[in-house]
Amino acid sequence: MVAEEVRRAPVTRLVDSAGFRFAVFFAGMFLLGGVAFAGIVWWNTAGGLDRQTDSAIRSDVFALTERFNEAGRAGVVEAIEFRLARDGDDQDLYRLTDPAGRLLAGNLDDTPDELDGPAPEAEPLRWLRAPLLREGLLTEARLYRADLPNGDRLLVGRDVEERLRLRQLLARGLGWATSASCLIALIGALLIRRALQARLRPAAETVTAIAQGDLSQRVPLSDREDEFDRLGRTLNAMLDRIGTLMAGIRGVSDAIAHDLRTPVARARGRLEEALEGDAEAMRRAIEQGIADLDGMIRIFHAVLRITEAEAGARRAAFTRLDLVPVLADAAELYEAIAEAHDVTLEATLPESLPMTGDRDLLLQAVANLLDNAVKFSPPGGRIRLSTEASETALRITVADEGPGLPDVDRARAGERFFRADNARTTPGYGLGLSLVRAVAGLHGGELALADAHPGREPPGLAATITLDPELAAPPASEAGTLG
Amino acid sequence: MRILLVEDDPEVARFVRKGLTEAGHSVEHRDNGRDGLFAAAGEPFDLLVLDRMLPGGVDGLRLVETLRGQDNRTPVLFLTALSAVDERVRGLKAGGDDYLTKPFAFAELLARVEALGRRPAAEVPATKLRVADLELDLLSRSVTRGGKRIDVQPREFRLLEHLMRHAGQVVTRTMLLEKVWDYHFDPQTNVIDVHVSRLRQKLDRGFDKPLIHTVRNAGYMIRTEDAA
Repeated sequence: MVAEEVRRAPVTRLVDSAGFRFAVFFAGMFLLGGVAFAGIVWWNTAGGLDRQTDSAIRSDVFALTERFNEAGRAGVVEAIEFRLARDGDDQDLYRLTDPAGRLLAGNLDDTPDELDGPAPEAEPLRWLRAPLLREGLLTEARLYRADLPNGDRLLVGRDVEERLRLRQLLARGLGWATSASCLIALIGALLIRRALQARLRPAAETVTAIAQGDLSQRVPLSDREDEFDRLGRTLNAMLDRIGTLMAGIRGVSDAIAHDLRTPVARARGRLEEALEGDAEAMRRAIEQGIADLDGMIRIFHAVLRITEAEAGARRAAFTRLDLVPVLADAAELYEAIAEAHDVTLEATLPESLPMTGDRDLLLQAVANLLDNAVKFSPPGGRIRLSTEASETALRITVADEGPGLPDVDRARAGERFFRADNARTTPGYGLGLSLVRAVAGLHGGELALADAHPGREPPGLAATITLDPELAAPPASEAGTLG
Repeated sequence: MRILLVEDDPEVARFVRKGLTEAGHSVEHRDNGRDGLFAAAGEPFDLLVLDRMLPGGVDGLRLVETLRGQDNRTPVLFLTALSAVDERVRGLKAGGDDYLTKPFAFAELLARVEALGRRPAAEVPATKLRVADLELDLLSRSVTRGGKRIDVQPREFRLLEHLMRHAGQVVTRTMLLEKVWDYHFDPQTNVIDVHVSRLRQKLDRGFDKPLIHTVRNAGYMIRTEDAA
């Protein structure tokens, strides 16, 4: 993966990088904003000036036409002269000609050729922009022509040279601004890319380290609680989960290494010894060997089951179920053997206890508790299986009248292959409570051990499994492939 | 019975084949899924014993699914090294009838093979099951022996029903756990023995001929004494 990345061309790598794409996006958006800004400024200033000129001309034409209607040609001539005299900055342009083309009033001597002929009907065509030589200087004028009712031609205009200059100034200003924006966009883009890379690098480095085998690494978190921290937290949660799974697998290997070695060695020794013996001895050794192997298979199954439960891999198999029949089944299964041991098994169960869980595992967990209780109960003893339900938890308790468990052992009970000293003589592998603990954990709860009858001798043992009845099953990828 | 064994491990195949042949069955063996599918689809068999994972592009699950797709209802027993409960459920969903996890005792395999092979006959709707003078009425859910009524608990009734449906066949403890208690784990203590001995006491009290027999290293069998 890493090698592949290096081999690709640098340009492709750059374009493919998310940081680069974000940066380009940022720059694009920034420039788009700049363009919009310049456009609005331009429309409101340069465009505004043009519109102002046009409307001034239009109102002049309107006023002069009105004047003609009131006072005829003489009134218009007078008005033009008055306006020219008033125009201090020498911007206004007027020209009034009679139908033969003779100049009657105005300061515009020369007319562009386009002005010959009748005025066009269409309003836009009456406008024109023409270069104009005034006092030896070439300027530009905006002109409007109108025909008066008596055939006189009126030309009103403005010298817009000043405004053009202003426009150029504005355009240059905007040009500079655009260049600056481009530069800022570029710098911003680079900064964003760098920031992204800087925030992602710790996660990437962690993952790389893990890929190389160091599972203890975790993504460092800042205190910002932002998206990156949330991503990091999710990654860390995933890594913790993987760590648990790995530990589970390691646990199995340890168990196999530690606890299967002994029976294997024993069986091996016996078989080897039998080689020397007679046919009957050999037969007995083989039978014993098969029994030893069965025992190992049993340990093996139990360890795998515990690991499965501990790893939470079975949560995919969770369904809605009623705990009561499960408990009743377990009680029924063990009732006979309790009776055979001269022990009474009492099950006090409610009508129904709905929950979400794995029936098989719950059944086995309770069965294991009952199994222990039967094993450690003295003759004539009583075992009680009871439940207790609250809003948030379901409790299953198996209490016996056996010797109980000293405090020091309680903490260790539930460790794989742990057997309390006073249990050494009873059959078992020390895996029962491990499974119970794992099943409780799988169902969002725990296993608690206490004295069943505090103060009495023997105190008895009360094993309580707490379960979360509404633990939601995670979306099961495995379940999808089942159907 | 004519049995098709599809198993790629030569040692397991040899051992299973030898045992089944000695028990009086004729066994065809194929060592990969494709050949197994051809054989199963082409010839009539009473039972298929399939490894769950097979070489040859067709694994046990696919093989069964294909057969069931062709409406072939031959009973299928899966042998597998995959022990997870989900795997068992998958095997049964695909159309398998029973499931046995490796490593297994041959007696267990044989008991299951015989139970499966004779299953269709046992599933003919019957209202009464009879072994010697023991009678089990499925409608009134009552048990009588020699005309004398015997009180049994519901679970004991199911246990007895299962034994009687497979009268003359060995039924292993695991099979009883699975079929009567729907319990798919190995209980550390042999709880089944206690239940069976309790049932046995009820049935045999006052009679000199025991009906439920313990088969050494295998399980239990219900039969009339003279049939032995």
